[in-house]
Amino acid sequence: MSTQGLSELDLQKAGVRGINQTLQGLAKNTNQRHWLVRNPMGQHAIAVGLDAPLHVEVHGHVGFYCGGMNKESEIIIHGHAGVGVAENMMSGLVWVKGNASESAGATGNGGLLVIDGDASSRCGISMKGIDIVVGGSVGHMSAFMAQRGNLVVCGDAGEALGDSIYEARLYVKGKAHGLGADCIEKEMRAEHLEDLAKLLERAKRKERPQDFRRYGSARKLYNFDVDHADAY
Amino acid sequence: MCGIVGLYLKNPKLKPKLGKMFKPMIIEMTNRGPDSAGVAVYRNPVKKNETKFSLAHNDPAFDWKKIDTGLEKALKCDCKVAKIGNHCILVTTAKEKPVVEWLAKHYPDVRVVGSGHTIEIFKETGLPANVYDKFNLDEAQGTHIIGHTRMATESAVTTAGSHPFATGADLCLVHNGSLSNHNRLRENLRREGMEFQTENDTEVAAAYMTWKLRSGASLRETLEDSLRDLDGFYTFLVGTHDGFAVVRDPIACKHAVIAETDDYVAMATEYRAIAHLPGADDAKIWEPEPTKIYTWGGNA
Repeated sequence: MSTQGLSELDLQKAGVRGINQTLQGLAKNTNQRHWLVRNPMGQHAIAVGLDAPLHVEVHGHVGFYCGGMNKESEIIIHGHAGVGVAENMMSGLVWVKGNASESAGATGNGGLLVIDGDASSRCGISMKGIDIVVGGSVGHMSAFMAQRGNLVVCGDAGEALGDSIYEARLYVKGKAHGLGADCIEKEMRAEHLEDLAKLLERAKRKERPQDFRRYGSARKLYNFDVDHADAY
Repeated sequence: MCGIVGLYLKNPKLKPKLGKMFKPMIIEMTNRGPDSAGVAVYRNPVKKNETKFSLAHNDPAFDWKKIDTGLEKALKCDCKVAKIGNHCILVTTAKEKPVVEWLAKHYPDVRVVGSGHTIEIFKETGLPANVYDKFNLDEAQGTHIIGHTRMATESAVTTAGSHPFATGADLCLVHNGSLSNHNRLRENLRREGMEFQTENDTEVAAAYMTWKLRSGASLRETLEDSLRDLDGFYTFLVGTHDGFAVVRDPIACKHAVIAETDDYVAMATEYRAIAHLPGADDAKIWEPEPTKIYTWGGNA
């Protein structure tokens, strides 16, 4: 099973549960850190709930929720990721080499999610501290009710970006096709350029921070105000 | 829930394998829709002066020969029938309208599930694997095929409430989602002369599209109008004589994924249905955008 520190798992043989039990059962101080998952066959919930500093490479396209609830692990997906990749991630890294379906990084608390291709609708919905870097574009309702963290979009953003947003920061290089309720363009200050440069570097992007625009909350919908009833 | 799947072959060399390639796709969607399954396969085009009907009867022992001889006598036409499960493929030189009228008058229990030059529709309650075997779809050859696995929500589990629904000559619809304005729309369409066999929401969408197409709209115009007039959430897959079209509602919360290689275009509710196809690992894969009409085969 193990060759030069690299352990292989075949999903067609072990099944999703077999793979997850193996990866979840590893001690935090395990020496068996490098894992390769073959034949993911678009199955759901691959490599979820990991809680150790592992490095997991998934070769192929995955179904829903891959890398969900991740803590500390680096999970690299060599293919497309289905709905809710890295949902509720706590820390660590999930890197999608292809495109991703809707709700990527949903409710993520921490860690970094990189999508080399496009993400679909609702990317970063209700994000709570995760950083997300998308090499392509994101679909409509991205960063809906986003509370904390950074969403970096190197392409365009779909309709209603940042609807009902709290304190997350949104950086878009291309066009934002409409901002959601209470989401406004904000000044790009030195500290934002610095943060953005670090995020782009971590995601191995070549874009220049000064080419992005920043969006965030106007903070008018935090508490119910009858004068804003139409905006809720 | 529900699962929808479509496969369009770009490489004609794969045509003999269409049914075999499609089988694991639809079976993979069983847990999204174990109540009933249906398939529309485009194969064996008939001559220009002929029409092909897909007919169904609840009694698997129904004698289709009676339809053959009865129609030939009444409409002075040539007919051929081939029984497949509790369905029958009828090829006739008669025009569509008199055939449908004759069937309604003499054999009201016979359901017309599809018609055209190439389309054949088979659908039945039960697990997709059983339905697939029943209609011997493993052996299906052709250019494209679409299918549906149903988890019934808006109406009863019946064969008539199964997808695909015919929407005109060589056209059919499968649907993942549910419509919220189907009762009102059904009443409006009844006033326009459309007839309904079930209380099913997708049948209303199909009738709406049939009505639009009959009034002269193109497939693209029909789908654009559907986006305006059909309220609810849906991913539609529409089979046409030479390909298929995919469209999603503006919110697009019903899943959909498309994969394309040099050999084929595949569409499914979830990628795992596509994962069984040869070369899927290297396919270009993306989620279709809301309200954007995707077509293959150039028919729209």
